[in-house]
Parts: sequence; structure tokens; C-alpha cells
Amino acid sequence: MAIELKMPALSPTMEEGTLAKWLKSEGDEIVAGDIIAEIETDKATMEFEAVDEGTLGKIMVEEGTEGVKVGTVIAMLAGEGEDASDIEAPAATDEVEDVEGEGKDVGREESAAEITKPKPKADVRDPDVPEGTSYTSTSVREALRDAMAEEMRRDERVFVMGEEVAEYQGAYKVTQGLLDEFGPKRVIDTPITEYGFAGIGTGAAMGGLRPIVEFMTFNFAMQAIDHIINSAAKTNYMSGGQMRCPVVFRGPNGAASRVGAQHSQNYGPWYASVPGLIVIAPYDSADAKGLMKAAIRSEDPVVFLENELVYGRSFDVPDMDDYVLPIGKARIMREGSDVTIVAYSIAVGLALEAAEELAGEGIDAEVIDLRTLRPLDRETVLASLAKTNRLVIAEEGWPTCSIASEIIAICMEDGFDHLDAPVTRVCDEDVPLPYAANLEKLALIDTPRIVKAAKKVCYRD
Amino acid sequence: MAKAPKSKKSPAKSPTEDTDFVLHSLQDTLEKDRRYKASDEQLQHFYEQMLLIRRFEERAGQLYGLGLIGGFCHLYIGQEAVAVGLQSALTEGLDSVITGYRDHGHMLAYGIDPKVIMAELTGREAGISKGKGGSMHMFSTEHKFYGGHGIVGAQVSLGGGLALAHQYNNDGGLCLAYFGDGAANQGQVYETFNMAALWNLPIVFVVENNQYAMGTAVKRSSAETEFYRRGTAFRIPGMKVNGMDVLEVRQAAEIAFKHVREGKGPVLMECETYRYRGHSMSDPAKYRTREEVQDIREHKDPIEGLKKFMIENGSKEDDLKAIDKDIRKVVSEAADFAESSPEPEASELYTDVLVEEY
Repeated sequence: MAIELKMPALSPTMEEGTLAKWLKSEGDEIVAGDIIAEIETDKATMEFEAVDEGTLGKIMVEEGTEGVKVGTVIAMLAGEGEDASDIEAPAATDEVEDVEGEGKDVGREESAAEITKPKPKADVRDPDVPEGTSYTSTSVREALRDAMAEEMRRDERVFVMGEEVAEYQGAYKVTQGLLDEFGPKRVIDTPITEYGFAGIGTGAAMGGLRPIVEFMTFNFAMQAIDHIINSAAKTNYMSGGQMRCPVVFRGPNGAASRVGAQHSQNYGPWYASVPGLIVIAPYDSADAKGLMKAAIRSEDPVVFLENELVYGRSFDVPDMDDYVLPIGKARIMREGSDVTIVAYSIAVGLALEAAEELAGEGIDAEVIDLRTLRPLDRETVLASLAKTNRLVIAEEGWPTCSIASEIIAICMEDGFDHLDAPVTRVCDEDVPLPYAANLEKLALIDTPRIVKAAKKVCYRD
Repeated sequence: MAKAPKSKKSPAKSPTEDTDFVLHSLQDTLEKDRRYKASDEQLQHFYEQMLLIRRFEERAGQLYGLGLIGGFCHLYIGQEAVAVGLQSALTEGLDSVITGYRDHGHMLAYGIDPKVIMAELTGREAGISKGKGGSMHMFSTEHKFYGGHGIVGAQVSLGGGLALAHQYNNDGGLCLAYFGDGAANQGQVYETFNMAALWNLPIVFVVENNQYAMGTAVKRSSAETEFYRRGTAFRIPGMKVNGMDVLEVRQAAEIAFKHVREGKGPVLMECETYRYRGHSMSDPAKYRTREEVQDIREHKDPIEGLKKFMIENGSKEDDLKAIDKDIRKVVSEAADFAESSPEPEASELYTDVLVEEY
């Protein structure tokens, strides 16, 4: 049977081209791999190679023709036993209209399916702490360690890897004692090689394990961000749901103290912008424990942002066997009616201090800890805004394209009718963090700035 | 993983004393007997698989030309012997495979249905990734094929992780991690070599040296063009293999896999091969001459080479022609399926972003 040779698309963007030159003539024998013609695209001159064997029949588009649409029949090829001179050009067929979103030339009925964006699970709350439960004052550092140890006892697939996590007992002592209990198979010291071990951790998760990859700080994870985003976050989607990647990337995030610009940065907004990731940034010990356990159990890749300056602070943790918190739910840390202060991580402490101060001035502030940055708990933020009608975001991080920016957008889009004042953000200054003590202090968010902003939106300044 | 110190980590010795360093031992074994003794049945199987890849890729190129396949599409034509030779030596259901974006051939060599691969290329619902991955992002966890990765070199570290999982689970499996001569210059490859050797991971690193990193010839991009030597700094033994001869590749696979399965740590294998087509579809191919391509096709083609060997060993030309005919039919059916399957439903847009609901 005769074969139609069609104008090929030779690049992802090519829609038409110039048939520059025929290198074969009518009647020539063609074998697969022969260059039949030269075609000029917007980018280059390309060779058009034969895929089939036969005799070149009629040439339908003369050389030098410009603007030949991709898919146009440019020549006919006679197969074995056919007479090339007999081949007729195919009758022109009506072009099938390309309906957007439909396969061209497929001609199926238009789908009635609607785009359904998943809704957040309703009525998810923190587990009830039974009356009479005792509490133990625990540092955030210990709470994280306890969470990892509990999950490692529970699930043989869970292991920890990172720089200095084993014999050194953790650069910030978060993994203290794990090597003794679980041994070197499950508590793995890596070389200083973030890109490599983030990839190995991600691959191990694809292979069915549950790795916890510690970055000494998230500043060093920039070396590894390709695996966090391109490998871990996207693979489930790209595989149509076949390939899960249940890995936890954890470590301290945000400004430490006097370590200069390269070691002081909040990556919350970076990771929170990526579909396919879960991003958690807890403040106190109970949340650190309950959310770390949830992160390890999640089937999705989690970026778990801790804070070095908070590691040593102690908070009460309920003495419960299995304290697991829901991912994606904010927590109201302090109820109030006059103004809402939204914060996460270290800024929650500052917001609570600010609320105390505001109370002294007769302003009743509500403080929300977002806890999870992706998926963000819009409902809790908007419900609080509907109650207080005024909102301030406190964030230890740069203001531009921040979580604060996102909260402001949410309030504008879905809370506009409830606003009695513009939403205001209190962030770090928009500079690389300086070393000098006085400049560092100037650059970082503090309680007085939150108080000032809250008063401003209450028109009390 | 911390293990009892091995003798190979004892204090530095002079090269002549360093006898337990196995850098050359695998190559020596290969050179003693380069070609795998395949049964007639195996030969036919290799021939069928290589031909399936060739015809499938030719058809994919055609569909691309017709606008049915979009974006990037990297064809495996010329390199067929590498995937077929290596993967035929794996233990099915146990070992894992990972590769870069030139992945169609590796999937076909695994026996994955050509229909669902072609339907992925055309972006249809029936595609192996539901049309959400495309040419570069295809996976089959059922076959322990872990992709299909679009970032050059990423699959090497990910493969290290798959190998870590084999070791952790003590399942006796190994990971086969393919990458190209271009990816061989990525830093994470060497980070992974270091950890793989340090932890004795069960992994075979395979450099498919097709001579060009996109348009840059090996000698223009690489200070050390003998890629199999690049494990030396990590004490990883290297092998240099003629990747245009499926029987040599298979023989090398037997040697490398045995070494890894005996718990002796990773192997770095360089398969010298050649891609006939452009890097992707939009490749003006100004970096090499037509004569160069034609010369390889005429003298080193892996399929023609095997065909000749089989005929010398008693196969009938007509039988081989019949195989080609059958394969053309399989590929045609795959192409028809890929053209006529519907596109994904709009409601698939937001599925599979996350596994769980929150």
C-alpha cells in the first residue's frame, strides 16, 4: 500500500516550515534512513529521514515552497510491488477542527467531567487529650527525637540519615540516643554531600522505605533542592499515582544567631509554593512531636522546618501513647476578639508575647499558629478574620513572596467583606541577614513591631 | 552504613601490594571471554526485543512528525543492545531499574506493553502515567522500573537509594542505574559513587556512552573520556563494554551482577554505543557528519550484527523476516491505540498531586 509522506514537525514548536530541497526524485528507491528532503524550520535546516522503504512516487510539494503546514502530504511512497507512477494523490479531506482540550483528529465526545480540586477534609481536629492526662515539660529537641524514636519502634522501614546524625548524636543533638537504640543500619551518618544523600533518601522512599533525611540546616538543602522538588514532589503526579515518595526532609530553618546571611534564611515560602509537597513548621514541643509523627506516617513527601533557636525551649507535652496531630490544620493558640495575629514557627512565640502586651492596652488579640504551610489552613484564618475583622501576619522571613503575602491574598480573595482594615505583615527586613549584632537585631522581626502593627490595624496608634 | 572496617580500607599500600583492590578484575574476566553463549531461544528473544525497540522508536518519531507526540522525545535507536543485554540478565520482580529521559527502550526491554508506552507519548488517559508524565516520565512499579527522570543525573542518586532499599531489606536484589556520557559530568554522580562504595551498595552504574551529550562530543566535554575509569577514585571496579553487541553486553552483565550479588559493592560499566537520531526531535545534527552516522549503521548496527550471527548459526532469513513482520504489527497496533485513545478527563488535573487527603 502506498504511504503518505507528511510534512514533519521537527521541533516542539514547529507548526509550518519551508520545504527547502528534495534530495530524492520521483522514481528513486528509498531505504529507511535515507535523507529525502531538507526542511527549514524557524530554528534550523533539518534533514527529513525516511522511515519506510519503497519507491518515491509523486512529489506533491515542490521544493522552495514556504509555509508548508505540519501534516501536509508532501509526497507518496510506493511499497513493494507497487508501481510508483500509478500512485494518486489522496483526496483532500476536511480538516478536523481542533477543539481545545480534545485530542485533535480523535473526534470523541466532549467530556462532561468538571475540574474538581480536592477540598480539605472536614472536621479534622487535634486528638482529644483525655481529662486527667499528665503533661511533661519537654524541649522541642527532645520532642522531635521522641517522635522519631516512637515511629522507628513502630515501623521497621523508618530510618534516619544525614550529616552527624549517628555517632556525633546530631549537630544540634536532635537525634541524640537514636544510634544506641536503633544501630547503624537505621541511623546513618552520611558524608557532607547534600545533593547525593537527598537523592539517595528520595530513591529509598521510592523503593519502599520511610527515610527521614536530616539537613544540618535547610541552608545546605539548597544543594539538594532539585531532589526535594523535581524528584520527591513531582513523581507521584508524573507517574499517574504509581510512585509514592514518603520521605521526610527535616532540619533547622530560619535565622539562627550571629551566623550571617548564608546560614540564616527561612525556606518556608519556597517549599510551600510547590504542589506535591507537605510543608510543616511547628512552634512548640507538643506540635513538633505530633506533627513529626504524622509526617513520618504520611504517604507524601514532607519538608519539616524546625528552628534552632526554639530547640532548647520547653513546653508541655501530653503523656499519651500515640500523640499524632493532623497535617494541614492551624491551631488557635490564644482566643481573642479584636485582632488576629497569624504566625508560624519562632514568630508564634513573638505573637503570643505581643498579645500579652496588647491585652495590657485593652486589645484582645487572637493568635493562630499555622503549623502547616502547605496545605495552608485557609478556613481557620478566614473564620478568625470573620470574627476579629483585622489581621496581622508575623513571619520570621523576608516579606517579598512570603507566607504573609499568601495570607494577604487569601484575605483579599475570600475575606474581603470581613476586613475593617488592610491586612498588615510584619516580617524581617528585605536584606541578607547582617552579622553585626545591632544590624541583625534591626533586620529581624520582634515583638514591638507586631504590637505596633496590631495597634495600627485597630486604629489605636 | 557503618560496618566492620573492610580490608580494602586498610592504610594505603603501594599499588603493587594493593592486591585486594579489584579495579581491573571484572574487565579481565570479560576480556577472557567476551561473548555470552546464548541459546537459540535467547538469541531469538534478544532479536525480537531489539527489533521491537527499533520499530517502536521509528514509529514514535513518525508520530512526533505528525504532531501526535509533543515536547521532548528522545529516541533509543542504535542503543538497543544495551538495555536488552543488561535487562535480560536481571532477576524479574527482584531487581530494580532506573534511567534518565531516554527511557522508552528500557521499558520495552522489560516487557512493558508497547500500547501503554505509546499512549503515554501521545498524552492519553490509557498511558502508563495516565498521560501526565510524557516521554521522559514513565514508571512501572509493578516491573520495578523506577523511571524515567528528566533531570540529567538525578537517576544516579535515586538509584543509589533504590540500592540502599535492597540492602536495607536484605532482599538480594540490585539496582541497575543507567545514565549517559553527558550525565557522567554531573556532581551528584560522584557523590553517589562515594556513598555507594562506602556503604557497599548493590548497584551497577551503567554509562551509556552514545558519544554526544546533546550536541557536545565526549572529547569536548570530558577530561577523562574513558568513563569506566571514573570509579577509580572511589575504588569502584570498571568495565568497558561494546554496547553495540548484545551478547557482549549480556556477558558483562553476568560478570557485574555476580560481583554485586556477592556483596562486593558497586560496579561501573561503560557501554560504548551510538544514537542514530538527534538528541531529541529538534536536533539539526550539525555536530557530526552524515558519513559518521552512516558508517556506524552499516558496520556496527546491533540488530544487523545479531541477525548476521544468527544466520551464521543456522537461523533462516525468512524466519527473521517473519519476526520483523510480527513486530511491525505490534507497533502498528500500539500506534493505533495511542492515536485513538481519549485524552485524560479534565477531572484528572488535580488527582495524584498528593497521595493522602489533608
